[in-house]
Amino acid sequence: MTAELRGKSAIVGTGHAGFGEAHGLTAYDVMAQSALAALGDAGLKLSDVDGLFCTMMEDSMPALMAAEYLGIQPRFIDGTMSGGSSFVNYLTSATMALDAGLCDVALIVYGSNQRTASGRLVTASRPPAHEAPYNPRYPISAYAMAAARHMHEYGTTREQLADVAVAARAWAQHNPEAFERGPLTREDVLGVRMVGDPLTVRDCCLVTDGGGAIVLVRADRARDFPKAPVYVLGSAAESSHRQISQMKDFTVTAARDSGARAFAAAGVTAADIQAVELYDAFTINTILFLEDLGFCAKGEGGAFVEGGRIAPGGVLPVNTNGGGLSCVHPGMYGIFTVIEAARQIRGDAPGIQLKDVDLALAHGNGGVLSSQVTAILGSQNTL
Amino acid sequence: MPDAKGPDHIFQGALTKGEILLPKCEDCGAYHFFPRVLCPHCHGTAISWKQATGKGRVHTTTVVRRKPERGGDYNVCVVELDEGVRMMSRVEGIAPGEVAIDMAVTAFVGEAQGAPAVLFKPSER
Repeated sequence: MTAELRGKSAIVGTGHAGFGEAHGLTAYDVMAQSALAALGDAGLKLSDVDGLFCTMMEDSMPALMAAEYLGIQPRFIDGTMSGGSSFVNYLTSATMALDAGLCDVALIVYGSNQRTASGRLVTASRPPAHEAPYNPRYPISAYAMAAARHMHEYGTTREQLADVAVAARAWAQHNPEAFERGPLTREDVLGVRMVGDPLTVRDCCLVTDGGGAIVLVRADRARDFPKAPVYVLGSAAESSHRQISQMKDFTVTAARDSGARAFAAAGVTAADIQAVELYDAFTINTILFLEDLGFCAKGEGGAFVEGGRIAPGGVLPVNTNGGGLSCVHPGMYGIFTVIEAARQIRGDAPGIQLKDVDLALAHGNGGVLSSQVTAILGSQNTL
Repeated sequence: MPDAKGPDHIFQGALTKGEILLPKCEDCGAYHFFPRVLCPHCHGTAISWKQATGKGRVHTTTVVRRKPERGGDYNVCVVELDEGVRMMSRVEGIAPGEVAIDMAVTAFVGEAQGAPAVLFKPSER
């Protein structure tokens, strides 16, 4: 979105459900519980929702399925499926729809029961025809090859990758909502089973159940709700490929472009951001996105994360809920980057609450580093 | 293969004859892969087919770890051909973990999942 839409919409409710294991519930059950939680947070009812922004892993018309399940008849829907980044991307379309009067209450929602249903990634996505014969393990082989290339070009080490997982766990240990809260050392990460060289199982995100939801309204009524509003100051997407074999440069993601445009729309820079919530499907993601979003130079991401520098008490708070690596990862994690960023700004983060956060960044990743979406959120003070 | 004129059919049809054909744009001269009805570089639609040199280098690589009883570990990599295009494949003839970035490789038509496919072996150069 452009600077004209800066601050035109605000998050007035967030919610989640089914973190960890949601025994006996379907993905749509978890979706609906998440919706109720977010609407309750906003002091609104399902019958108030007239804009629905949703995609799910299981089928090809999820927004319609969700509306039907929820018993609502929205006048605006967006079910754009760009993978886990979809829910950050909906901040743009929701803001546009709200600003244009196409809806008054926008609900972004997601749910999954992949852990209790199957224990692995459930997806309706078909393997690409020219990659499938070689049987890559989706999606880890793609991220492993990006990590291998980053190590080759910049000397990034497995220890530095491991430190991303260790930092995520250190945040998660303070978060009662996080699924994995046990101690984790660099040696633990390096010493466990390798699943796709150079990544071990601890370089990979969790496989959990869970859902999340966000309620947005136009800024002019954002202060009429129980919680402090969190404004969407900028959001932008860039899509570079679908298949990993088509990625032009395995060490540079489209986050460079999405980030630059989101920062421009918000009128801030990386140096202004107080909490950074990145889609960490694998440890290499955090390194790539810190570089591409401008928190450090290209190739310096490994050194940037080393030795607790993005852990509690470090130089930059990254993935303050524990991220997809240690908090929750129900197939698609993107919505939780927005929820954690919003809660840090509101002051009701479930784990470590940073002091006086006015500006936070949420970054979604979709496919195999394919879709990058960056959002800048701000408090009332930033308008 | 009657009326098999689509780009994917041409590529797959050549593989069944043991040939590796690559699509090349007549307008801008650039190769592309995967096959399609337009050039992704200049968006021209005059596409011709050229015999691949088969020479390339491993751009990046991974080992998919798999239990021995299920067939054991195997290589997945992305190779950049001398024509400038990249494709997913695997390098055969060496251990999956021995496949290295920048390794010179040569293409051959082998079999993957029961169908003809482009595979690679280390080059003798």
